[in-house]
Amino acid sequence: MGEPGTKELLSLAELDAAAGVRTGRKHVLSILVENKPGVLTRIAGLFARRGFNIDTLVVGPTDDEALSRITLTVDGAMHPIDQVTKQLHKLVNVLKIRDLEPDEAVAREMALFKISADAGSRGEIMQVVEIFRAKIIDVQRRTVIVEVTGTHDKVEAFERMVRPFGLVEMARTGEIALSRGRGET
Amino acid sequence: MMRAVDAIMECLKAEGVDVVFGYPGGANLPTYDAMYDSGIRHILVRHEAGGGHAAEGYAKASGKVGVCFATSGPGATNIVTPLTDAMMDSVPVVFFTGQVRTELLGTDGFQEADTFGITMPIVKHSFMIQHPTEIPRIVHEAFHIARTGRPGPVLIDMPTDLTRTEIDYQPVGDVRLPGYQPTTEGNQKQIRLAAKAMANARRPVIYAGGGVINADASSELTELALVDGLPVTCTLMGLGAFPAPHQQWLGMLGMHGTRTANYAMDEADLIVAVGARFDDRITGKLSEFAPRAKFIHIDIDPAEISKNVPAHIPIVGDAKNILARLLSEYRGLQPDPARLAEWWERIERWRMQHPLRYDDSADNEIKPQFLVQALYDATDRGDCILATDIGQHQMWAAQYFHFTKPRRWIQSGGLGTMGFGLPAAMGAAVAQPDLRTIVLSGDASIQMNMQELSTLATYGIPVKVVIMNNGYLGMVRQWQELFWDRRYSAVEMSQWPDFVKLAEAMGCHGVRLVDKTTLVDDLRAALALDGPVVIDARVTKEESVYPMIAPGQAARDMVG
Repeated sequence: MGEPGTKELLSLAELDAAAGVRTGRKHVLSILVENKPGVLTRIAGLFARRGFNIDTLVVGPTDDEALSRITLTVDGAMHPIDQVTKQLHKLVNVLKIRDLEPDEAVAREMALFKISADAGSRGEIMQVVEIFRAKIIDVQRRTVIVEVTGTHDKVEAFERMVRPFGLVEMARTGEIALSRGRGET
Repeated sequence: MMRAVDAIMECLKAEGVDVVFGYPGGANLPTYDAMYDSGIRHILVRHEAGGGHAAEGYAKASGKVGVCFATSGPGATNIVTPLTDAMMDSVPVVFFTGQVRTELLGTDGFQEADTFGITMPIVKHSFMIQHPTEIPRIVHEAFHIARTGRPGPVLIDMPTDLTRTEIDYQPVGDVRLPGYQPTTEGNQKQIRLAAKAMANARRPVIYAGGGVINADASSELTELALVDGLPVTCTLMGLGAFPAPHQQWLGMLGMHGTRTANYAMDEADLIVAVGARFDDRITGKLSEFAPRAKFIHIDIDPAEISKNVPAHIPIVGDAKNILARLLSEYRGLQPDPARLAEWWERIERWRMQHPLRYDDSADNEIKPQFLVQALYDATDRGDCILATDIGQHQMWAAQYFHFTKPRRWIQSGGLGTMGFGLPAAMGAAVAQPDLRTIVLSGDASIQMNMQELSTLATYGIPVKVVIMNNGYLGMVRQWQELFWDRRYSAVEMSQWPDFVKLAEAMGCHGVRLVDKTTLVDDLRAALALDGPVVIDARVTKEESVYPMIAPGQAARDMVG
């Protein structure tokens, strides 16, 4: 790669190759933070600065009202993730970070689907809802809203199933997670 | 009961602050009212950037926390550069910015800027005051965070209405920050491993950075090197951490370092990195950096370990603490200096073959390297604090000026901020009034903060400003010459301003020097003038800094 300041030309292909080093491994980071203004911006900034796209982000209270838990999923090469978690540790308002391994943690997300449903298709949709142990929480003349809770894969699968009926819109929370066993996340 | 701003002054005094740099404005009027009879000395700079850099210079020269005040809006945006500079070079500075009153926040009020948001990526930490009663605790937390661990800048943004409120001030005892617990004690097992690796190494090099100076660990580092004669090189920021010149001193490392230092790293089997971060100006082409070496990496910041170069023996903690213990472990092993004989032979050969050199002029013209050497002689072998700006003059100073002590060399290393030198020298001179303070600058750099000359004159701060004047943006010109086919694009500075007249207009002495034959004596005479002095030294126009590791190349392929 050419250095800034030198005349050497860079091809777009070279640039793309250098940018797109992804492992495909999804990281679920559970971050315990002090409940103070600006914390989320600081955390998000560390990812943005390195050009990482945060896939999902959930912030919510914990059992201690002075603390919040941020659960964040990101896809990144192993090395840079390590760099980011080290930088996250340095933030004064961050108390704890865990990069949760999939088999040592449970993760769930919730989603709401607004699906076109007339008299003809409603029955079939209800069957899918039942199979996925989802819940219809609103019924109108032309649409239903379904609540689904489960793993990321389950929510994805549900989406694939109902798309053919006409998916009007969808809202997803992103994953929250806790480690298994007695130890704290 | 007292106003929150008066409590701030009490906190500053409790932190041992006796001088601050700053600039008042609408949103920090309450603060300046409290300053009026606080007993704290305030230096009114001419631009907030000058104030920020002065606070950095003060911190670098003294080891104490520097303090800078600025108002809201433009005052705050003007300190963005010194904040970033302090972040990059780990300089402990606390910045206090005024802010519009709380009901105006977010409404585009007069002189409102989102200071907290703008500065978030460039601070070690920052606080936005939410309630006046929390101010004393926050001030002490800010100082604690700035000073401890890896030092850095902390900003406190203060809405003007909150600072005017009366509070029940109680002195704050200890600071409790559950999310901030820097590791200071190095791991004993790792230290023992490191000592063993060093005792077994055949071609070791100590590579010391600015962290050694921040940790006040120069004497420990020097003692360690002296046990069995380990070779030492320093980064730009580390100069002064090991006394130079010295038999074991290889010269500076990196892009414009000596061939000896760079070749030694290239062939080393063990590199002991202390308070250094393997910056691209040090490593050159990363994949070919020190290919034969194992790395011991001592750093206070765990995020630096294996960031650029994987460490074989990482030791996280305070360099002073670790080096003292490493020293005793190492002494205990009684390493055999004879094992290094071959290595030293090789190093001596490089030293003989590749000394720093330049072609002196045949006439009276002053070569820039000669100017640095003359300055070294005129200061009785570098008995002074020397600040520089950014560019060729800085690299020549790093090569030809030597430091026997730390905190004498005031630099903007990471950010490379032109305009840093003059205000930083001012801060250093305020911190160390008994030392002579000089700033070596370029004709381009000096113009980026030359308004501070009148601050020097106003307060009688006797900084001597030496301008290496070649009429060019010298380093950019050099790169255009070497890498861009000599297409000199926007680098000619012309001969304006007339720095002698400028100096006089600003209340300083002005001297022009053009003759190398009398240069040392002329410099001596100019440096002996009372008060601030500007020395316009005219040097060769087109001279390049060598040797050089061209960008993206390996140390092995140094040119010049």
